[in-house]
Amino acid sequence: MTQKNRLKGGQIDTSQTLNFSFDGKQFTGHPGDTLASALVANGVRLMGRSFKYHRPRGLLTSGSEEPNALVELRAGNRQEPNTRATTIELFDGLLAKSQNRLGSLKFDLLSINDRFSNFLAAGFYYKTFMWPAAFWEKIYEPIIRNAAGLGSLSLEDDPDVYDKGFLHCDLLIIGAGPSGVAAALTAGRAGARVILADEDFRMGGRLNSETIAVGDAHGSDWAAQTVAELATLPNVRMMARTTVIGAFDHGTYGAVERVSDHLHTPDAGKPRQILWRLYTKRTLLCAGAIERPIAFENNDRPGIMMAGAVRSFANRWAATPHERVAIFTNNDDGHRTAADLHAKGVKIAAVVDTREGAPRSNSYEVLAGAQVTDTKGRLGLTFAEVKLADGSTRRLDCGALAMSGGWNPNVHMTCHQRGRPTWNDDIAAFVPSAELPAGMSVAGAATGVFSTHAALTTGAKEAAAILRDLGIKSRAPKMPQAEDAPTNITPFWYVEGASRAWLDQQNDVTVKDVKLSHQEGFRSVEHLKRYTTLGMATDQGKTSNMGGLAVMAEIAGKTIPEVGTTIFRPPYTPVPIGTFAGRARGMDFHPTRKTPSHTFAEERGAVFVEVGNWLRAQWFPIEGETTWRESVDREVLATRNSVGVCDVTTLGKVDVQGADAADFLNKIYCNGFAKLAVGKVRYGLMLREDGIAMDDGTAARLAEDHFVVTTTTANAVGVYRHMEFVRQCLFPDMDVQLISTTEGWAQYAVAGPNSRKVLEKIVDQDISNEAFPFMACANITVCGGLRARLFRISFSGELAYEIAVPTRYGDALIREIMTAGADFDIVPYGTEALGVMRIEKGHAAGNELNGTTSALNLGMGRMVSKKKDSIGSTLSERPGMNEADALAQVGIKPTNPNDPVPAGAHLMAADGPIDAAHDQGYATSACYSPILGHSIAIGFLKDGANRKGEVMRLVSPLTGIETQVEIVSAHFIDPDGERLRA
Amino acid sequence: MIINHPLLGPRDSAEFTYLGDARLIDRPDWQSDTATAEFHDYGYLRDNPAGNHRELWFHEGGDRSWLVVTRNTVTHEIKSVELARDVARAQGRSK
Amino acid sequence: MRYSGFQVIKQALTGHKGWAPAWRDLEPQPHYDIVIIGGGGHGLATAYYLAKEFGQKKIAVIEKGWIGGGNVGRNTTIIRSNYLLDGNEPFYEFSLKLWEGLEQDFNYNAMVSQRGILNLIHSDAQRDAFTRRGNAMILNGADAEMLTTAQIKERYPFLNTNDARFPIKGGLAQHRGGTVRHDAVAWGYARGGDSRGVDIIQNCEVTGFKIENGKCLGVETTKGFIGATKVGCAVAGSSSRLMSKAEMRLPMESHVLQAFVSEGLKPVLPGVITFGAGHFYCSQSDKGGLVFGGDIDGYNSYAQRGNLPVVEDVCEGGMAILPAIGRARLLRMWGGIMDMSMDGSPIIDRTHIEGLYFNGGWCYGGFKATPASGFAFAHLLAKDAPHETATAYRFNRFETGHMIDEKGMGNQPNLH
Repeated sequence: MTQKNRLKGGQIDTSQTLNFSFDGKQFTGHPGDTLASALVANGVRLMGRSFKYHRPRGLLTSGSEEPNALVELRAGNRQEPNTRATTIELFDGLLAKSQNRLGSLKFDLLSINDRFSNFLAAGFYYKTFMWPAAFWEKIYEPIIRNAAGLGSLSLEDDPDVYDKGFLHCDLLIIGAGPSGVAAALTAGRAGARVILADEDFRMGGRLNSETIAVGDAHGSDWAAQTVAELATLPNVRMMARTTVIGAFDHGTYGAVERVSDHLHTPDAGKPRQILWRLYTKRTLLCAGAIERPIAFENNDRPGIMMAGAVRSFANRWAATPHERVAIFTNNDDGHRTAADLHAKGVKIAAVVDTREGAPRSNSYEVLAGAQVTDTKGRLGLTFAEVKLADGSTRRLDCGALAMSGGWNPNVHMTCHQRGRPTWNDDIAAFVPSAELPAGMSVAGAATGVFSTHAALTTGAKEAAAILRDLGIKSRAPKMPQAEDAPTNITPFWYVEGASRAWLDQQNDVTVKDVKLSHQEGFRSVEHLKRYTTLGMATDQGKTSNMGGLAVMAEIAGKTIPEVGTTIFRPPYTPVPIGTFAGRARGMDFHPTRKTPSHTFAEERGAVFVEVGNWLRAQWFPIEGETTWRESVDREVLATRNSVGVCDVTTLGKVDVQGADAADFLNKIYCNGFAKLAVGKVRYGLMLREDGIAMDDGTAARLAEDHFVVTTTTANAVGVYRHMEFVRQCLFPDMDVQLISTTEGWAQYAVAGPNSRKVLEKIVDQDISNEAFPFMACANITVCGGLRARLFRISFSGELAYEIAVPTRYGDALIREIMTAGADFDIVPYGTEALGVMRIEKGHAAGNELNGTTSALNLGMGRMVSKKKDSIGSTLSERPGMNEADALAQVGIKPTNPNDPVPAGAHLMAADGPIDAAHDQGYATSACYSPILGHSIAIGFLKDGANRKGEVMRLVSPLTGIETQVEIVSAHFIDPDGERLRA
Repeated sequence: MIINHPLLGPRDSAEFTYLGDARLIDRPDWQSDTATAEFHDYGYLRDNPAGNHRELWFHEGGDRSWLVVTRNTVTHEIKSVELARDVARAQGRSK
Repeated sequence: MRYSGFQVIKQALTGHKGWAPAWRDLEPQPHYDIVIIGGGGHGLATAYYLAKEFGQKKIAVIEKGWIGGGNVGRNTTIIRSNYLLDGNEPFYEFSLKLWEGLEQDFNYNAMVSQRGILNLIHSDAQRDAFTRRGNAMILNGADAEMLTTAQIKERYPFLNTNDARFPIKGGLAQHRGGTVRHDAVAWGYARGGDSRGVDIIQNCEVTGFKIENGKCLGVETTKGFIGATKVGCAVAGSSSRLMSKAEMRLPMESHVLQAFVSEGLKPVLPGVITFGAGHFYCSQSDKGGLVFGGDIDGYNSYAQRGNLPVVEDVCEGGMAILPAIGRARLLRMWGGIMDMSMDGSPIIDRTHIEGLYFNGGWCYGGFKATPASGFAFAHLLAKDAPHETATAYRFNRFETGHMIDEKGMGNQPNLH
């Protein structure tokens, strides 16, 4: 198809032709085009459907504020819903589809909604669909949900890669229009570190869309030359295709660079987009202004556009929306569109200017004091009805209508830290208030000065002022001459009597809806927004909010600033969720920490389990084993009957050194450590200040002034942080130093009756029961001189040791242990067997240390020393934590050995009702005990210490289980601890 | 946010872990006659001001210093950053 | 006027001229029996139930801004009663039951949509904890179902089951959970209260309490003194600020919670999903936006806005579990002030000052509690005794050691 609406000139490369498809139809365009401009050039006006009434929609704007021309871009797993046609650079092979329609774009079956629009007024859904109650989920809501939404996701995984980056600068300039470029030139030449960011792929802003001269050059040429100079400055980073999305605290800005969106697919190794975190000393907002529409009857037809956008299409992209264009304006700027189009040979139907004193023209007709009162053309504008100054009406045949209600300074980013803009009567618009985000200045049209001269000079001036603040010497470059036309505007928001006059074109909010909102008491600007959905569409009201405010102000008899604005929130334009996530997805969602024996375990075919960020061997299946239970039972039995080895490196380890080390441990543990002998280990229970157990572990005294503290895997980071808090904030003069050595030492538990025999082959010194009894510890050497640490501690309840070597020897050590243990059929065991053995022994772990259990609950109430000050000791004395029937840890075993005793089940009396009022406790951890031959559990039971032998029911209605159980000691194995002392 | 660490200079707040009101430094005397009440107030009651707030941050992804940051909870502006240890000593805490 | 389909049609045919304001915008009377401070969801619900259920007259709700402008107008709209502890579960189940009949009760379609909530499980320990929770829910009369990985994959085929760093190992579903059109809750209660004679006074900020001899006699406001026999405070994130005017220090901190909405999309998510190995929860609104959130930013704040690290963290969680949403765009982020209490549970109680009552500490779970919170607070105000489902929500529980700590995080509000 020929580009029938293509004009001469423009900033496109007509020497090359790009093919693209829209709704299956093939078109051509050129490099430099956007999808929107190429469609305009091809005479396409109908591009979308509105949200609620499914009204036919065409382009309203030429920029990122576009509410109407949203398409599904690309296909397959790269399908991208709601993409603004105005922001997509054309590339060869581009595929786009219109969206939010049932049937074709021309014959959208849901446009029936428009026929019934009177029944679908603002908020109608709050007043109906309530009967019968069950119909909401079953009937009404599914219909609404399927009709709502805009574009669709492919539901396939996004194949593209996203990156994140960090940049620092003296001055961030947001927007590369005339003010931004002038500022960048000023700061760049002065040697400041500058970032110039613009959402457009071509810098220059409105200079590219106008026919204005800057100095002797065409504005766009001046911009191009200046941008070229800036690009040569090493201290200036030019970031086109980069939208600054938000002003965050302390000069931090978010920005999204669209690295590959202008390509068919990203180049190999390149991300689709990059999320930049910009750390700035100062920021200059040069975000320009956004033109606002006028509300009149049926002002939403395809072909009715912003006047500035029409100029952009004509001047920058050499395309006109139609060969015959009318203009409707309340200010001088609208006349520029007429002049520019006329100069390009486009027929001007007339300029309809609301002002009696509108400027005249010799080239085209100006209807002063006139208003557009209605339009026709279902899928594209055919004519506009105009009410002339004398009251008569006239029909203007036209295929496009360019409207201008004035310009709104783009104050968005000035309000991200809750500042509110102030009203300026001269331009009838909000301008930035003095309450800006710290470090931000504003220049150019964003401040409400709209001439090119003002943009250039304020940009340079603000940059110079910032440089002064930063102590950077500068000589303000002399800015070239440019037009300095005043802003002549008479506020005009909506044509009187207009009813179905659109304010928010995407969400279908009309003047009538605002009136209804007011009538029903939704008068505050936030109520208006929420009740009518005004400004809640994908453009967040960039073109619609002001009109709504103005209508509300008039009805309420207030001024616009009295009505106020809603809150501007980041992001400035919508950002793909993938961009915020960056590389942190899939297996890279979190880092993976591997234990020193990971390779060893992999070689043995271990099954791994995520434990926080760690991967730990869960069990080690051997040939012939088909279920995990077989492997785990074998590992437990082998360990209990002979010997097993388990990687326990993930337990937190903290080295505590200094003259006051023992005193320090006395503070952090509820039990005493001062008298612990050198060469001994003690179990320690750490409380939070509120008296609840924080963590447990061991502290080994390797020297008078040196302890090694272990923590659980889950709490390693938190416990270390807590210890530093106690050290630095509570007892700052204690002579004690802490360092986390979790990653520094590989540590293995070697457990089982033959564990000593195995270790004797490796350890260089005497570890007989006499020389190295239960709870002994020492710095030792292994394998003929490698330094190591040995602790005779047991989580399994067996004779057991934990042996640690520097991490880099961890792989070698487990292989040595396996070799040494071969005679005893040593097995490596995983976290499951570890868990089984600790439940058999009744040791608390994460499921018991769940942040709500006290020492008393854990059966360790008497450990809390009253003779000393320790964290948590005082508040653990509160009555609620010491009630007679407090939960206490118990063992639970089924009276029928074949029955399960699942964790998470609740304990109820042997008979009586099963409900919350009769809840007696719950099982925390459960397993099958291969030694005992039945399932066991530990848990908490009210007054549990005194209920041993009681028969109860363990119920899990969630999983349909009810088991008769007996309450027993939690120490299922070796309650007297003979094995571990052997 | 950017926290100007007294030893390391400006650092992104993402490197830090937050605890809360710097009054957590003022841990009561366990032997006081009203220890339980004092610990209750210490542990549970907060001024929670809308305005300047002295608060504890831990440089978890850094040098492991606890800092006392004076920050406005309405604007997030940071007025000062001190080493918590210095603050604790100045407030008379010792061993 | 009663809202109905018939009324909608009638008004449509007569130019919508008959719709009256949903509530009257009034100036304060000199004295009320009960003044509720805070025109958010909880305050409006309290007034509504005081009038409807407890026969109270002369009630005013005073609001410093516009009603519904706090957290009820700014949340992720989730309702559920999947709590664990005895102090909580009956209350939240009561709340869910009130939600289920709410629209007919107050004659306003708040779009209570019970499309279900699914808490994903990623470890055995998590399964044990969720089993205990699911059982606690059932024992308290709520519904719960444990789903297998296969069932989840069948129902939610787009969840990441290919290369998940933390694979899905099951999920605890509450089918009666879901979402509600949040603003409509405030408006529905306001309209329902107004029609029963409750005065709603907007743009009226409390500047102080008039307290004499340990008794609260009313409130000083920007619209003058308003006398009251009883004053109930329900101001969520502003609780500490307000109660400091009565020289009270509260067991809570105010924190910012950010939430996010995407551009409108055709239906993707049927119900609410929460990721168990990161901080991410998501649903899809009837308009089509993905509504999602995660952790609080973690520092005390009254700024109603947050920072990038949490935005990124939340989206990382989203992509980890729903890799198909990468090309959906985040449209808007916002921040609300959360009244984070010291054990993560709320307070509905008398204060030590006679006639002064308090409701707060909802952390970031206040929305789902709105009906029960209003009902229980109304009960307390009307009868001077706690509602049977809210007996544990007392100020003194920290003194006595009866914390209600669902997450087990202790006295550190930003961890709840």
